[in-house]
Amino acid sequence: MSHKTLEELHKDAQKVFNELKQNADSLKPKDRIKIPAQEMPAQDPVERATNLEEVALGYTPIQAMVEAMRCIQCKNKPCITGCPVQIDIPRFIDEVAKGDFQAAINVIKENSLLPAICGRVCPQETQCQEVCTLGKSLKDVDKAVAIGRLERFVADWEREQGKIVPPKVKPDTGKKVAIVGSGPAGLVVAADVRREGHAVTIFEAFHKMGGVMVYGIPEFRLPNSIVDTEISTLKAMGVEFKTNFVVGRTRKLTDLMKKDGFDAVFVGTGAGLPMFMGIEGENLVGVFSANEYLTRANLMRAFDREQSDTPIYKSKRVAVLGGGNVAMDSARMAKRLGAEEVFVVYRRTEKEMPARVEEVAHAKEEGIVFHFLNNAKRIIGNEKGRVNAMECLKYELGEPDASGRRRPVVIEGSEFILDVDTVIVAIGNNSNPLIAQTTPEIETNKWGNIVVDDTQKTKADRVFAGGDIVLGAATVILAMGEGRRAAESINKLLAG
Amino acid sequence: MSKIVLKKQLSNDVYLMKLACPLIAEERKAGQFVILQLNNEYGERIPLTIADANEQEGTITIIFQVVGKTTTDLAHMNEGDEITTVVGPLGNPTHIENFGTVVCVGGGIGVAPMHPIAKAFKEAGNHVITIIGARTKDLIILEDEMKEIADELIVCTDDGSYGRKALVTEPLKEICERDPQPNRVIAIGPPIMMKFCSETTRPYKVYTEVSLNTIMVDVTGMCGGCRVNVGDEVKFVCVDGPEFDGHKVDFDNMMARLNSYKDIEQEKHECNLDKQAKAKQSS
Ligand SMILES: Cc1cc2nc3c(=O)[nH]c(=O)nc-3n(C[C@H](O)[C@H](O)[C@H](O)COP(=O)(O)OP(=O)(O)OC[C@H]3O[C@@H](n4cnc5c(N)ncnc54)[C@H](O)[C@@H]3O)c2cc1C
Ligand SMILES: Cc1cc2nc3c(=O)[nH]c(=O)nc-3n(C[C@H](O)[C@H](O)[C@H](O)COP(=O)(O)OP(=O)(O)OC[C@H]3O[C@@H](n4cnc5c(N)ncnc54)[C@H](O)[C@@H]3O)c2cc1C
Ligand code: SF4
Ligand code: SF4
Ligand code: FES
Repeated sequence: MSHKTLEELHKDAQKVFNELKQNADSLKPKDRIKIPAQEMPAQDPVERATNLEEVALGYTPIQAMVEAMRCIQCKNKPCITGCPVQIDIPRFIDEVAKGDFQAAINVIKENSLLPAICGRVCPQETQCQEVCTLGKSLKDVDKAVAIGRLERFVADWEREQGKIVPPKVKPDTGKKVAIVGSGPAGLVVAADVRREGHAVTIFEAFHKMGGVMVYGIPEFRLPNSIVDTEISTLKAMGVEFKTNFVVGRTRKLTDLMKKDGFDAVFVGTGAGLPMFMGIEGENLVGVFSANEYLTRANLMRAFDREQSDTPIYKSKRVAVLGGGNVAMDSARMAKRLGAEEVFVVYRRTEKEMPARVEEVAHAKEEGIVFHFLNNAKRIIGNEKGRVNAMECLKYELGEPDASGRRRPVVIEGSEFILDVDTVIVAIGNNSNPLIAQTTPEIETNKWGNIVVDDTQKTKADRVFAGGDIVLGAATVILAMGEGRRAAESINKLLAG
Repeated sequence: MSKIVLKKQLSNDVYLMKLACPLIAEERKAGQFVILQLNNEYGERIPLTIADANEQEGTITIIFQVVGKTTTDLAHMNEGDEITTVVGPLGNPTHIENFGTVVCVGGGIGVAPMHPIAKAFKEAGNHVITIIGARTKDLIILEDEMKEIADELIVCTDDGSYGRKALVTEPLKEICERDPQPNRVIAIGPPIMMKFCSETTRPYKVYTEVSLNTIMVDVTGMCGGCRVNVGDEVKFVCVDGPEFDGHKVDFDNMMARLNSYKDIEQEKHECNLDKQAKAKQSS
């Protein structure tokens, strides 16, 4: 596949745009369907595999308008139902097509508070774009209107123009709300509750705000500066931040209300607690959870070996276990940190991989090697207790399981050795146990997730929860949706 | 931000500092620790035990040994300076109750975290026997403070330059042979010392608690960098610990893991020393 530069893609778009311009108002669906889908400009794969800069460069304004013209403005608007926060997609896209980007961002902001982020990391192909009529007619979900890219485009446009206006805040009510965790769930609750005039303090265990968006998802997919912009907006609204504060340890959750006078608490502490496979050799030196590897690289900035005090393992050959976004991020990060060969070992086939299609494609372009229908059996160490190799087993697909996916079945005697010095385990997370351990009033289910009712309220008085701590490892947009619902409940509680 | 309100050099490379952290001073219990970071962009997060605290003053005491980059930088800071990040109190507090006779074994810098624990055991009504050990005389810390608390105090050095010439395991073994046996042992110090203390008490079946000092990153149970094998289970020291049954801990694996970055840190350390030397030459 040849790589097209931003300039080339822009030129192509310009040509199409010039042709469409004359009769832009009278385009029929059958004309729109013929408009070529706009490819996302990206950094050259060879170059980017050695830097941390963002891979996807974003549409040019002309590309955005051309892409927006593809939308046929369906009467039944299936895309809206595909979006967990029901953005009025056809309406914002129509504004993009007309070139009124300000109007477009205004439409999005009626429902979503973090469009620059969701536009980048939402699994669009299984949400808004999966049900897009255009994609259906062209029998290819990749040919759906690129809703996420357009959303990203207008959000970036607003930021780059310096046009972000913090939402209006009502006069002070004298009520105080504590938010635990600064991931997407917490940030959204902060904005929505603060708008009503309540004082809001976010408590964050780390020294930086943003949760997984800053310590997990790498810079090359979601630059920290984008998250920082959202934080500054909250700051401008008068939200207070207390970093380096571990609720449950620095202060018990209930003491925030009893001793510090908060009227309600929202818990958005995220997933945490990485799962391991429970196989031999898993605690050898050189075996990391994806969380640890990515936190060292991103948050602690270990990619900058010169400056950072936090070390990161020097690897030549890396195996990543798992098939989700977290696995893709780990593999691509390992490559960027200088690994010569990186293998993703996944026990099903490419079709079943939960990672976003775009991320898998990017990983392949960057030279990541995929071992499908393979799984680790044990990790082998040398005399110093360091990883030397990994023994794998081959699998085949059997009958579908409860999730509807065909279950991988081991092929007896298929053992083989993969020569690696590092293993990164990216098979998921259990829930962060700290709040539950230190707050007996809160009820959790057998996976450690906090149990809430349909207003996001926990079993504890005046305590709400949402995001990964409730859903298990989920997505940014779902965390955001839960945050909005929780904020609504909190606002209702405090108004009464 | 936490101000350094007091700095004292205890021995060649061991320092004591009092930090203004009112909330931590209020909430902390014996056995807990803090995470400290000197620079929010590029700094490393290092765990240090809370050696003491004063709720009225709103201060906590840390005692640390200079071993690498961050502890070196910290030792260069002075009274009045601010530390960017101090997070805590972390970990589960030591399980304190009246067990009867408790032997507290502190090795090297491990005497610092042992101090508040020994104090708490004493206050709970235990007969407290304290063994403190170090390589050599200069490295013995908190002897007077321990003397105040302990019903019996035994000091040993590896080279015999002070107290008894012995490893801490020798007096520990003798105490285990007493009749009646001690009810509980708690050992804090270098991993190798905790390993051998556990081996010493194993045949006598005296429950031995150890406080593990694994590598840590987030300290909220998110990264798994602090994991250790305890019996058949994998435990995260930051949320499940730091104290565990020494008879069940896989010390060899833990020690290997502690050395994960030794080569990188060594290289960097030398590289920094080189730079400093060069800067000196050229100035
Ligand atoms: C590597 C990786 C890649 C991902 N890629 C995608 C993607 O492409 N698209 C997508 O939609 N989703 C992705 N996700 C998932 C997504 O990031 C999460 O679903 C989302 O961030 C959950 O948000 P949250 O607000 O529930 O919690 P989090 O973002 O997990 O934030 C929780 C915050 O709470 C803090 N905290 C925890 N305990 C305490 C405490 N006791 N006191 C104070 N603070 C505390 C934590 O430090 C953290 O900052 C990815 C996740 C990872 C790890
Ligand atoms: C719960 C806990 C409590 C602790 N309490 C104290 C204390 O009260 N006083 C004290 O002096 N130290 C204590 N430590 C150890 C302290 O955290 C390390 O000495 C420190 O992280 C070293 O940082 P550095 O940047 O100076 O050295 P680095 O440059 O990071 O490392 C220098 C050398 O120390 C080793 N090392 C790195 N991290 C650790 C670690 N966590 N434990 C042991 N060795 C390590 C490395 O392998 C390397 O060889 C504690 C550790 C834990 C986990
Ligand atoms: S928020 Fe996500 S799902 Fe909704 S429109 Fe945007 S990209 Fe699609
Ligand atoms: S489904 Fe697709 S084509 Fe139809 S309105 Fe939504 S985005 Fe436009
Ligand atoms: S330090 Fe990260 S899980 Fe314990």
